[in-house]
Amino acid sequence: MSDLVATFLNLDVLRQIWPLLLQGLWMTLALAIVAVPLSIALGIVVAVAQDLPSRPLRALLAVYTDVLRAFPPLVLLIFIFYGLPFLGVKLTGFPAAVLALTLNGSSYFSEIFRAGLESIPKGQREAARSTGLSWLQSMSYVVIPQGARNVLPDLVSNTVELVKQTSIASVVALQELLRSAQIAQGLVYNPTPLVAAAAIYLLMFWPFVRIVSRLQRKSVAHFG
Amino acid sequence: MDQIIHYFFDFSLMKTYWPEILWGFLVTVEMSILTVAIGIPLGLAIAIVRLYRIVPLNALIVLYIDFFRSIPQLVLIVLTYFAVPYFGLVLEPFAATVLALVLVLSSFAEEIFWACINSVSRGQWEAGRSTGLGFNQTLFQVVLPQAIRMSIPPLTNRAIAISKGTTLGSVVAVPELLNVTSSIQSNVANPTALTVGAVLFLLLFLPFVRFTRWLERVYSHPS
Repeated sequence: MSDLVATFLNLDVLRQIWPLLLQGLWMTLALAIVAVPLSIALGIVVAVAQDLPSRPLRALLAVYTDVLRAFPPLVLLIFIFYGLPFLGVKLTGFPAAVLALTLNGSSYFSEIFRAGLESIPKGQREAARSTGLSWLQSMSYVVIPQGARNVLPDLVSNTVELVKQTSIASVVALQELLRSAQIAQGLVYNPTPLVAAAAIYLLMFWPFVRIVSRLQRKSVAHFG
Repeated sequence: MDQIIHYFFDFSLMKTYWPEILWGFLVTVEMSILTVAIGIPLGLAIAIVRLYRIVPLNALIVLYIDFFRSIPQLVLIVLTYFAVPYFGLVLEPFAATVLALVLVLSSFAEEIFWACINSVSRGQWEAGRSTGLGFNQTLFQVVLPQAIRMSIPPLTNRAIAISKGTTLGSVVAVPELLNVTSSIQSNVANPTALTVGAVLFLLLFLPFVRFTRWLERVYSHPS
């Protein structure tokens, strides 16, 4: 047992590599703070634009969301990081990761927002417009607040997935939490850093995973 | 434009690599099938066990599903591959990746099945029991068929998302499609291989994404 602790949760090792892990955690949070709002914003734009009366635009946006949902995010990131430089577009790890996460995340968010918009009966919008609200006003005061509430569990769960996905940035050598732990493991020849990083992720996401379960149980007829 | 064609669509460079690419594609398909074929039944089995409400067991189940839904897949794969060997259990990269993905998918699947089983109305249970069916008969013949039908759309979405996680195996050197195409890319110093990989991933996953759209339409307007 003490062997096990010495291997997997060696406190001396932990003390030694703690600053490195902390630095990685900040980078993970920085990625999340940039990529989540961008994905949500782009997702709203794509969802609302599908409401416009233009058939080619709708088809184009459907292709956008389907293709990006079919692409594994890591493939997207590798393409951006290793492929685009051949066209003279050289992105460093951080912007490349933000771009990949945002493209991928926005496609999921747009589908969620679209489901939210469609959950509001047309009569609501017509009523809003007929009381003199503009299209933008009826969207932002009537439709979006109700629609967002209907898809709240999916919004939270997709946000969690997006933040979890920041770990793929380790592949392009961006020193976020996972990458920091791997570097630390190489320094100390001991899995404690990886275990500690996993524990940090766990502490970070567990409350949200609980919240999602709770929210989903409330919305009875819930379809992914 | 010429530059784009030269760098991203120069298929003559791929001549000697097609067998390798095809092999990588098959590894990706194999991993995805294994993950789904083990992960989803495992999730269903856990959800059924949870229904018997054995308190200590249910606490363990909740711990299990919360744990594997909270840890990023890549972190779990790296942990399985690099940390578990310290236990003396060395896993092949392929097995480590599939194991990690199965654990994650089974947790999400359990949560979906559990939510769907619970959303079957109580009246169904009561009607089943009052016609003389036992608990197990009511569960397997009345409740589960309805719950499973409800769970198909969210389950499909989740299965696709986790199958895409097979690409994470490239990090621990599983020779799947992404790994193969990105190493060809660095060998020939031309990203056409990445284009080929991207197209093959689309071929593999796009039909399923389209399928979920169809499912959602069918389920939101039941005939």
